[in-house]
Amino acid sequence: MEQILQYSLSGIATGAIYALIGIGFSIIYNATGIINFAQGEFVMLGGILTFFFLDILQFPLWGAIILAVTGATLCGLLFERLAIRPLAKATPINLVIVTIGGSILIRGLAMLIWGKDTHSVPSFSGDNPIAIGSATLLPQHLWIMGITLAVICLNKYFFYHTINGKAMRACAYNPRAAGLVGIDVKRMVLLSFVISSAMGSLAGIIIAPLTMTAYDVGVMLGLKGFCAAIIGGMSTGMSVVVGGLLLGVLESLGAGLISSGYKDAIAFIILLLILFIRPQGLFGKAETERV
Amino acid sequence: MIKHPLCKYTAFVALILIIPFVLKGSYLINVMVFVGINTMLAIALNLLLGYAGQISLGHAAFFGLGAYLSGVLTATHGMNPWLVMVAAAVGVGLLAFVIGFPILRLKGHYLAMATLGFGIIVYIVFNETVDITGGPSGLSGIPNLKLGPVAFDSDLKNYYLVWIVTLLVVLLAVNLADSRIGRSLRAIHDSEVAARVMGVNARLLKVQIFALSAVISSLAGSLYAHTMAFVAPASFGFNFSVELLTMVVIGGLGSIYGSFLGALLLTLLPEFLRFLHDYDIVFYGLLLMVMIMFMPGGLVRGIPALLRRMMTGRKKGETVDA
Amino acid sequence: MLEVRGVRQVFGGVTALDDVSFRVNRGEITGVIGPNGAGKTTLFNIITGIYSRTAGAVFLEARDISGLPAERLASLGMVRTFQNIELFSHMTVLENVMVGLHARSKSGMLACALKMPWTVAEERRIRTEAMAWLEFVGIADLAQVEAGNLPFGKGRLLELARAMACEPRILLMDEPAAGLNSQETLGLARLIRAVREKGVSVVLVEHDMELVMDICDRIIVLNLGRKLAEGTPRQIQENPEVISAYLGEEL
Repeated sequence: MEQILQYSLSGIATGAIYALIGIGFSIIYNATGIINFAQGEFVMLGGILTFFFLDILQFPLWGAIILAVTGATLCGLLFERLAIRPLAKATPINLVIVTIGGSILIRGLAMLIWGKDTHSVPSFSGDNPIAIGSATLLPQHLWIMGITLAVICLNKYFFYHTINGKAMRACAYNPRAAGLVGIDVKRMVLLSFVISSAMGSLAGIIIAPLTMTAYDVGVMLGLKGFCAAIIGGMSTGMSVVVGGLLLGVLESLGAGLISSGYKDAIAFIILLLILFIRPQGLFGKAETERV
Repeated sequence: MIKHPLCKYTAFVALILIIPFVLKGSYLINVMVFVGINTMLAIALNLLLGYAGQISLGHAAFFGLGAYLSGVLTATHGMNPWLVMVAAAVGVGLLAFVIGFPILRLKGHYLAMATLGFGIIVYIVFNETVDITGGPSGLSGIPNLKLGPVAFDSDLKNYYLVWIVTLLVVLLAVNLADSRIGRSLRAIHDSEVAARVMGVNARLLKVQIFALSAVISSLAGSLYAHTMAFVAPASFGFNFSVELLTMVVIGGLGSIYGSFLGALLLTLLPEFLRFLHDYDIVFYGLLLMVMIMFMPGGLVRGIPALLRRMMTGRKKGETVDA
Repeated sequence: MLEVRGVRQVFGGVTALDDVSFRVNRGEITGVIGPNGAGKTTLFNIITGIYSRTAGAVFLEARDISGLPAERLASLGMVRTFQNIELFSHMTVLENVMVGLHARSKSGMLACALKMPWTVAEERRIRTEAMAWLEFVGIADLAQVEAGNLPFGKGRLLELARAMACEPRILLMDEPAAGLNSQETLGLARLIRAVREKGVSVVLVEHDMELVMDICDRIIVLNLGRKLAEGTPRQIQENPEVISAYLGEEL
């Protein structure tokens, strides 16, 4: 019983990370119809850039974080301009392949610059465990939950109360109509990449103190984030958050109670089950094809 | 350009037969063995992706299942390698057939993710079932294949072994592509709903081609296990699935000989990029992106177009009328 | 020939079709007309197995075909064309029609891969018949052109050839004249009559009233998901309910 509480709590923290990454997937998907397989790399960039600015360039932690988010976001922006925009009319398969190519490239460059070693990033406020009932949490867990919550609220505000956010939602529903009423669709696509790479890198930064960081951490985190997005039906709202938390908790329980070696397999078995039983996500509605 | 399919095939066979004499004594003959295996894999994926238009990011799993089934059953249990090879292919084909129904109901990105998930699950199983597979450190002591008195224990012998099977796969794939079935697959690719209205059982056909693709991959896996005498999970992970995808795309979607070109290029490239050490991965990523952006039809279509353009002296941007 | 009995379709609370029933007689050209949003295309999608209906049944020659998937219908003798032509755009014109012969050929995956003699013979038959259908619609000269490069009007003809290659007993056409100029529409009318001459019953959804009144033997009028009227072109033109539904439009 105690164990279950402990596993659930740490599951919630990782789940929050998956949710952040998953929302990033959804934002791009809704704006462009593209699944950005490079999303995980921005998560990696967040963590590894923080390490870089903090350890190598000796910036203070907060400065390193800001610079890391900025750096990763710039990468996202460049990626959109150099790889996605020129391919406006490509088939979905070609787009999948291009983002895979981009992800390999970014990962390879990161390896080139920072090597294959695993780097650590210090916790934001120490490592003294906090007892919650019979379980314990690290301060970093609280940071993760807090920052995730803040980002999600900000996100909600942006999409429902700002002109750019509303314009992006319009693009998601119908890009042609949005273009006709004067929305700069290309700019919205760019913006979607900017926002989701910023969110992804932030996720990478806040989890780095717990899991350490290396050039190749983005693959798994990205895929898990995608699982969360699929569970949540590719929305940009609460259902992806629920999806991420569900995934995090189930995975953490599975790893703790069944076998840690199969931890990653659990996430993908959940993904497959959901795709098989409810491809529209746990909370989504089925669509009919139009002819 | 050679047009008739039979002439094309004969020319291809001739090329494959000449290679050992050209490369006599070179270590490259060993590399060519892997080109053969990768050609089979690329063709398998191409049938699914280039013809039926269904992506798979988990094909390394079928390759790995074939390799491990052959490896474990012959090395650990001493069974007859040829029988195991056939049984593995049938088993893997059946597995693909069964999971094909729910997986191929998905489209586009969802399909990509589901196949990827399947691939990763299988990869994790290879790593975790240490008692059977030897886990991350791999499985060694897989016997070479024997045919009567001939043991396939040298690079040259393996070259002939692998390429005989590969040439057979090429022939069957070329025939299939140029038939009623190949046509229906391409029809599904372009408009599934119209294909169905014409009586094409799209769902079943997609699953069948998925299973066939898995069978070919499993065969390639068995051959790989026996020629290498050693298998480890790292060869069957997500990265290899992506590498296969790269071969197919670079060679040309929907072109069987293109798959050979893609396999050849991507298998030889590391040999020439040795000086890049681990950093060849950067090059792959770049290559993949550049190909999609500037030669989306792959080498098979891109190179002739480029040659035409050079010969007629046209500048970029002008259209070449067919 | 074809009977639609009490078909109802609800899309998330919106009733697209409400208790629609009618019959199509053998060897006739039947028109389905109605203002935009009347549910004509939905009706087609239900008859041809692309949507599953909420209630009701569809019979083809007294056989209940409701619930059968689209791919089963071709071999039962029913094919359709699409409002926004659905060609196999990366295949040649000839290959498009050859796919139309899918339901009337049977070489399996293994036989095809091994190129068995009967497969080769079948392939030859498919090619000859496909060519004949291209000649029927008059685009045989375009056989080797990639279908995606065809002008719209020719694409319509190709779609008709492909559908006819299935040798259907009943052909459903969704707005065949949409996007055609008047010259092309005349040619189409001639072709549809030629299709009927071959003993094929035709059902068409169409907005071009001139065409409908000209070639149809019987007309069914839908409005807001319900059947409004049914009869000969003359009866329809004189039906006051139809006139008010089409208020302002000349019939």
